[in-house]
Amino acid sequence: MAQTPSQEIKNTTCYMCACRCGIRVHLRDGEVRYIDGNPEHPINEGVICAKGASGIMKQHSPARLTQPLRRKAGAERGDGEFEPISWEETFEILAERLGHIRETDPKRFALFTGRDQMQALTGLFAKQFGTPNYAAHGGFCSVNMAAGMIYTIGGSFWEFGGPDLERSKLFVMIGTAEDHHSNPLKVAISKFKRQGGRFISINPVRTGYSAIADEWVPIRPGTDGALLLALIHEIMSKGLYDRDFLVRYSNAGQLVNMDEDSDAFGMFLRSDAPPAEGCYDAQDQLWWDRKTGRPVQTHTPGADPYLLGEFTLKDGTRTKPAFQLLQDRVAEYTPEWAERITGISAEDIRRLAHEMGVTARDQRIELPIAWTDSWGEEHESVTGNPVSFHAMRGLAAHSNGFHTIRSLSILMSLLGTIDRPGGFRHKAPFPRPIPPCARTPKGPEGVQAGKPLDGMVLGWPADPDDLFVDDKGEPVRLDKAFSWEYPLAVHGMMHNAITNAWRGDPYPIDTLLIFMANMAWNSTMNTEEVRKMLNDKDDNGEYKIPFLVVADAFQSEMTAFADLILPDTTYLERHDVMSMLDRPISEFDGPVDSVRIPVVPPKGECKPFQEVLIELGSRLKLPAFVNDKGERKYRDYPDFVVNYETEPGSGIGFLAGWRGKGGEKSLRGEPNPNQWEMYAQNNCVFQYELPRSYQYMRNWNKGYLEWSQRNRITRFGEPILIHLYSEVLMKFRAAAQGKGPSRKAPAHLAKRVETFFDPLPFYYDPLEYQSTNKHTYPLAAITQRPMAMYHSWDSQNAWLRQIHAHNLLYVNARTAHAAGIQDEDWIWVESQWGRVRCMAKYSEAVEPGTVWTWNAIGKASGAWNLTPRANESRKGFLLNHLISEELPSDDGPISNSDPVTGQAAWYDVRVRIYKAEEGEPQETSPQFKPLKPYPGQSTRARVLNFFAGLGGKK
Amino acid sequence: MHPAFSVIFLTTLIGAGQGLFLALFGAESLGLLGVLPAPGSEFLALGSLIALIFLVLGLVASFFHLGRPERAWRTATKWRTSWLSREVIVLPAFMGVVFLYGVAHWFGFNPPLGTLAGGYPVLPTVLLGALGALLAIVLYITTAMIYACIKFLQEWHSPLTVVNYTVLGAASGFTLAAAYAAWAGAAGLVNFLVTVAIVLTVLGLATRAASLVRNSRIKAKSTLQTAIGVKHPKIQQKSQGFMGGSFNTREFFHHVSAAFLRGMKWVFLLAAFVIPAILLLVVLATRVDPTGVLIAAFVTQYLGLIAERWFFFAQANHPQNIYYQSVA
Amino acid sequence: MTQLALVIDLNVCVGCHACVTSCKEWNTSGDAGPLVDQNPYDADPTGTFFNRVQSFEVGEYPNTETVHFPKSCLHCEEPPCVPVCPTGASYKRESDGIVLVDYDKCIGCKYCSWACPYGVREVDAERKVMTKCTLCVDRIYNEELPEWDRKPACVRACPTNARLYGDIHDPESVVSKAIREAGGYQLMPEWGTKPANHYLPRRKTQVTIREDEVERADNPLKIDSQLPKPGQEEPSLDDVTSW
Ligand SMILES: Nc1nc2c(c(=O)[nH]1)N[C@H]1C(S)=C(S)[C@@H](COP(=O)(O)OP(=O)(O)OC[C@H]3O[C@@H](n4cnc5c(=O)[nH]c(N)nc54)[C@H](O)[C@@H]3O)O[C@H]1N2
Ligand SMILES: Nc1nc2c(c(=O)[nH]1)N[C@H]1C(S)=C(S)[C@@H](COP(=O)(O)OP(=O)(O)OC[C@H]3O[C@@H](n4cnc5c(=O)[nH]c(N)nc54)[C@H](O)[C@@H]3O)O[C@H]1N2
Ligand code: SF4
Ligand code: SF4
Ligand code: SF4
Ligand code: SF4
Ligand code: SF4
Ligand SMILES: [Mo]
Repeated sequence: MAQTPSQEIKNTTCYMCACRCGIRVHLRDGEVRYIDGNPEHPINEGVICAKGASGIMKQHSPARLTQPLRRKAGAERGDGEFEPISWEETFEILAERLGHIRETDPKRFALFTGRDQMQALTGLFAKQFGTPNYAAHGGFCSVNMAAGMIYTIGGSFWEFGGPDLERSKLFVMIGTAEDHHSNPLKVAISKFKRQGGRFISINPVRTGYSAIADEWVPIRPGTDGALLLALIHEIMSKGLYDRDFLVRYSNAGQLVNMDEDSDAFGMFLRSDAPPAEGCYDAQDQLWWDRKTGRPVQTHTPGADPYLLGEFTLKDGTRTKPAFQLLQDRVAEYTPEWAERITGISAEDIRRLAHEMGVTARDQRIELPIAWTDSWGEEHESVTGNPVSFHAMRGLAAHSNGFHTIRSLSILMSLLGTIDRPGGFRHKAPFPRPIPPCARTPKGPEGVQAGKPLDGMVLGWPADPDDLFVDDKGEPVRLDKAFSWEYPLAVHGMMHNAITNAWRGDPYPIDTLLIFMANMAWNSTMNTEEVRKMLNDKDDNGEYKIPFLVVADAFQSEMTAFADLILPDTTYLERHDVMSMLDRPISEFDGPVDSVRIPVVPPKGECKPFQEVLIELGSRLKLPAFVNDKGERKYRDYPDFVVNYETEPGSGIGFLAGWRGKGGEKSLRGEPNPNQWEMYAQNNCVFQYELPRSYQYMRNWNKGYLEWSQRNRITRFGEPILIHLYSEVLMKFRAAAQGKGPSRKAPAHLAKRVETFFDPLPFYYDPLEYQSTNKHTYPLAAITQRPMAMYHSWDSQNAWLRQIHAHNLLYVNARTAHAAGIQDEDWIWVESQWGRVRCMAKYSEAVEPGTVWTWNAIGKASGAWNLTPRANESRKGFLLNHLISEELPSDDGPISNSDPVTGQAAWYDVRVRIYKAEEGEPQETSPQFKPLKPYPGQSTRARVLNFFAGLGGKK
Repeated sequence: MHPAFSVIFLTTLIGAGQGLFLALFGAESLGLLGVLPAPGSEFLALGSLIALIFLVLGLVASFFHLGRPERAWRTATKWRTSWLSREVIVLPAFMGVVFLYGVAHWFGFNPPLGTLAGGYPVLPTVLLGALGALLAIVLYITTAMIYACIKFLQEWHSPLTVVNYTVLGAASGFTLAAAYAAWAGAAGLVNFLVTVAIVLTVLGLATRAASLVRNSRIKAKSTLQTAIGVKHPKIQQKSQGFMGGSFNTREFFHHVSAAFLRGMKWVFLLAAFVIPAILLLVVLATRVDPTGVLIAAFVTQYLGLIAERWFFFAQANHPQNIYYQSVA
Repeated sequence: MTQLALVIDLNVCVGCHACVTSCKEWNTSGDAGPLVDQNPYDADPTGTFFNRVQSFEVGEYPNTETVHFPKSCLHCEEPPCVPVCPTGASYKRESDGIVLVDYDKCIGCKYCSWACPYGVREVDAERKVMTKCTLCVDRIYNEELPEWDRKPACVRACPTNARLYGDIHDPESVVSKAIREAGGYQLMPEWGTKPANHYLPRRKTQVTIREDEVERADNPLKIDSQLPKPGQEEPSLDDVTSW
């Protein structure tokens, strides 16, 4: 047999998940024979994962869509009855409909995108179209993580920063199963462990990464806030915080106005210097200087602030340093208090706090790297405290997640671990000012017929005036993001888009375009009802959501509801960019962006969604896509990527590498016609390594900030102080209390905003717990990511589905026993909102008050072109049926989300479990009418004998 | 183990065929010694044919066990190390001898090749018969050793396996021979054959019971602890790594309940031993027409042996199964 | 004499299954392929894989360890699967100790799989021959691959580098060192099969912090707890009494 490993190797970037590893695609006679990791790629250094190595089966999946499809006249949405139409007709339908909407009321067009990585383009399209109704998956994903950290330290985990495991000694991982940085994290954890680092995992469940932790700390879901606040309590009371770091780099010493009658109560005291303009923290706050015993401007040379104490200004204003307020706040958050909430013993909490504090303090790292801070002080070395953290949706996906994550950020700051070796490190374009500068329009006037949106589609409110609301304080956006209900919904709230559109609250829309999201299944809460909403009609027989377009590569549950399906290419068939304007793949040492270059031709009539947007943008004559004469400006997406500039002559485009006429410039520069070729020659990656002296302390690193300003990564080069105390939150609270100059919260939301916009973190039970009888629903139900599956989209993968063909509910053996449930019994899981039948699996690796399952393994019958007998739809189940997208409130339903950020509260649901009756069918419930294959889909092979290059047969 | 019907049929059919041949040759020899009335040539020829049919059927059955039967010839190459290879050599050799033995009798080709002390003639059929008998025994051993030599199948790894294959095969062969003799009207042989069949059946019951007792006391050498090398009294598999089954879950598990397994044990104990023994005794002790009873005895015993062989497989607990305990 | 093998470090394996699918992917289109998948889109999908990752729970809550456990052919030094094979299709190479199946000789009698206590041989349901891990012989000696790439597919794939590969008879090899230094062990040693593949156990990093280490002389509370001095003018006892 042919020994030849391949005839040809092409480099591109994986997209079996959002991690974006570099891959080498080996082709034999044009057919993909083998995909392995590219050793020269900074993300994965040559390794690959289970999904990445199964990419071949994605190409051969019978679930692939191959031609544009239109719902058959008379067929119900959801039945999946389609007829093929041509692309030309598709574009005509879309251009006419969208053109009309744009000229009348652009907000009647909504564009929501799921697990995509092209917000740079989709966001641009929405803005150009002029609709405010755009968001990507962040709101239902992990916006709490982004917002909680960015509003505190100016950067975050996720794609924006992470633990420096190379130099860390103690690594604490909280609520993480797999995360976006899948391969790099695995590489790093392994090296870390082999270096003798100590790894602690805090998680109700012990699987995956947690399995190899040196210590597993099981915690009750939703209670990490209590744990973190108690850790802060202990660290502060033992003096284990890094004082020097806090004084200089955080607002710990800044004096807060304690004069309750004043409008400025809770705000920082400021010097008389004229207020500076711009999106950054002006350096005009005050310290109470220990040496002179007087208030001085912060960072006054020679001054050293009191961190604790209470002071009175000459004019009688009472004031306390932020640090004192923090201490006051955590006074009651003792380890004993936290023990009752978290289930972790007070003794363990103290031990953990001591371990963190002592490791940070006694194992300090010093690197001989000279640098200069923002106040001009020169440092001979970069120092760091080698305690690092990582956290993800275990914290984020709770309705108290924002404050929990702020607590974590504060803990990390107290330990002095922000952008220092061995601690947390940023990735470009972070750190950013707190909050970052982007703003949405501030009212309905930002949305005008025939015009682009007057502001960004998503932004970062710095005070109530930045909200996107009308005069009455009502939301302008369909999903109600940036309204008083969810003021800091910085990633939008996709999870409410369908329910709101269906209800016509705040208003009905016309066309909903869903790209790469399975909103009729796993990325929607309350799945059964939402599926009905998608098919619901008003009294006139008109659909409540009149026109539904779905752009997808596969026959997902969502496509079944479409009026029009746009078949997308796969990652091996298209150009893509991982842009600095979106979420690049930067490393700690500097910015990195990357591209995908097609290695095989598109299947059937599949068209990259990017091309669809460029075509539509051109037909609709959106300014960014046409020239002055209204003619199409870009041939295709690759051409767009090369030539598009954010503003004429800005030199900033989608890609940062090989700019300038001949590719001689980086980050900024004129378009380079050969940019793609240069990426192709360089492993599809552009990596910029910062000078060593710019690699650390970037919030306050003068050199770095100036470099970043010069390269227009940021507009302002001001230092980014850590917000232990959040004046931003205080401004919203003040507005809710009727104080201050800004907009005021509407009466019915004032109490809510006042409560949750606390400038210091506090603990509260997740909102759903508060409205659930804990005796009736004693268990918390959560999901986890399996490493070998990506959301719902790998069940069509013949290799991966053998690993996870169905899912079971893992229950602590003692809990199951108490409920009379045997291992692998069929059971019901029931929440307030619904119930699901599934199989139970005993486990010793789950906290007894928690049940869990792998996410999104269960499928609707016949979806993904699996047969209706497939395990996924017979035995597998979807937990989402139990989760509500709304919670009842006095003023009608309100989103089941974090009240600060609008983050979907997936992991708040409470359930009970009981045995299914004898004689009940041994299959999951609910069941849905089986989908049939769509036109153009290949038939399902009964046997696969894949052998690349020989027509699949040896 | 998952009981493979091809192998069950193979071993039981050839076992009976071997036994039948032993009975025929035994009868011939004792006839020559004058202990028994000498069986006729035709009787022996036809008997050999019946034995051959059993052997051929067994061989055919065995092909169903092979993924690539067209390459079966290759199996003869590794006789130095492989009992399977040895069986594959011995079986056709034995069949060849049975064939020649039958042919010799059929054509009456039996010129004395000399005389032994005591005046006994050296007959070609006797030589062939002796060779055949030897091969029959060797075949029992090679067949049994296929199973008995696998040391980690502890239920099989015992001399009892060889004894059982031999004794049970021979018992069924003698029962068959008795039925044949009755049917063929060789009345003088019936009682002898029935007697031996009873002895073998009772002996088989004893040796098979001994192996049941032995197996019930086996302490598995491999445990979850040795399988994954973790020393802790409480280990549970949560995932075997795949959910839709694999060769390893199909080949080595019987997928039936413990109760079914127990039931099968009683079925084979009754059908392979108790009932045939009673029927055989009835023939010895009463004056009923033996043909029908003996045929019934053989059929029961053969079906019993199928059950026995099924149980033999099902009871064997392969250590690999430790690795395949949980679908999740 | 060389004995190539894998050494699997359970201390870092996170159970990601990268080694499972990368193995499948390489081998299905390689010398050992194609590897069948039956019911790929139907109930109970099942196929031939040379490597599987399993998970175990050790102990009782809360003292539970979750162990991810990859397993492929262990390339035994005394491989019981070899002598039983009637055709010689199963063999162990003198030169490097790899145990292989010659697919052109194999009759699919499955006997060798009965003779392997580890459950790592799989008959390919379509080709009807016995298959198993080949230690990627078509990679490790493949001159068309660059030197650095001449490693088993699973080893290249593994994100945690839990899969070490080398000659366990060479005392200086990475694998021999790992076995020596990290307590490498063999599976089911009771059968005397002497598996070449070894496993490295979990190793824990513990930390003890003694009470008197928590506070240090330069504790910042010494600075911060000093409350500010009251102003000179504020009332004091001096204003109201004398002694
Ligand atoms: N219960 C529960 N629900 C959850 C979560 C949870 O933890 N628990 N997690 C939530 C989170 S964090 C997220 S991000 C969401 C994810 O939810 P979704 O974004 O809905 O993710 P997928 O299910 O993978 O759906 C994405 C769609 O993209 C399609 N697709 C795949 N590749 C391509 C392509 O190249 N082009 C196009 N056009 N389409 C493609 C797939 O076919 C699929 O229909 O799920 C959320 N839902
Ligand atoms: N293989 C694979 N990789 C993926 C994805 C995928 O589908 N498959 N999805 C990608 C996406 S979109 C996302 S958002 C990321 C998400 O990455 P992760 O956040 O790692 O994903 P989750 O599975 O949601 O993990 C949540 C973890 O938190 C734990 N947990 C739940 N509640 C709590 C709690 O209250 N406290 C604590 N301490 N822990 C808790 C759960 O047990 C689980 O281990 O993964 C990305 N990477
Ligand atoms: S981690 Fe994600 S991007 Fe990397 S190889 Fe796996 S699937 Fe591909
Ligand atoms: S593990 Fe099994 S198949 Fe591999 S050499 Fe050892 S006995 Fe043979
Ligand atoms: S299945 Fe193939 S390799 Fe195994 S023993 Fe039979 S002939 Fe040999
Ligand atoms: S060495 Fe090769 S054949 Fe063996 S498990 Fe690894 S990838 Fe598979
Ligand atoms: S690839 Fe590595 S980490 Fe992943 S399961 Fe295999 S051995 Fe474990
Ligand atoms: Mo997500």
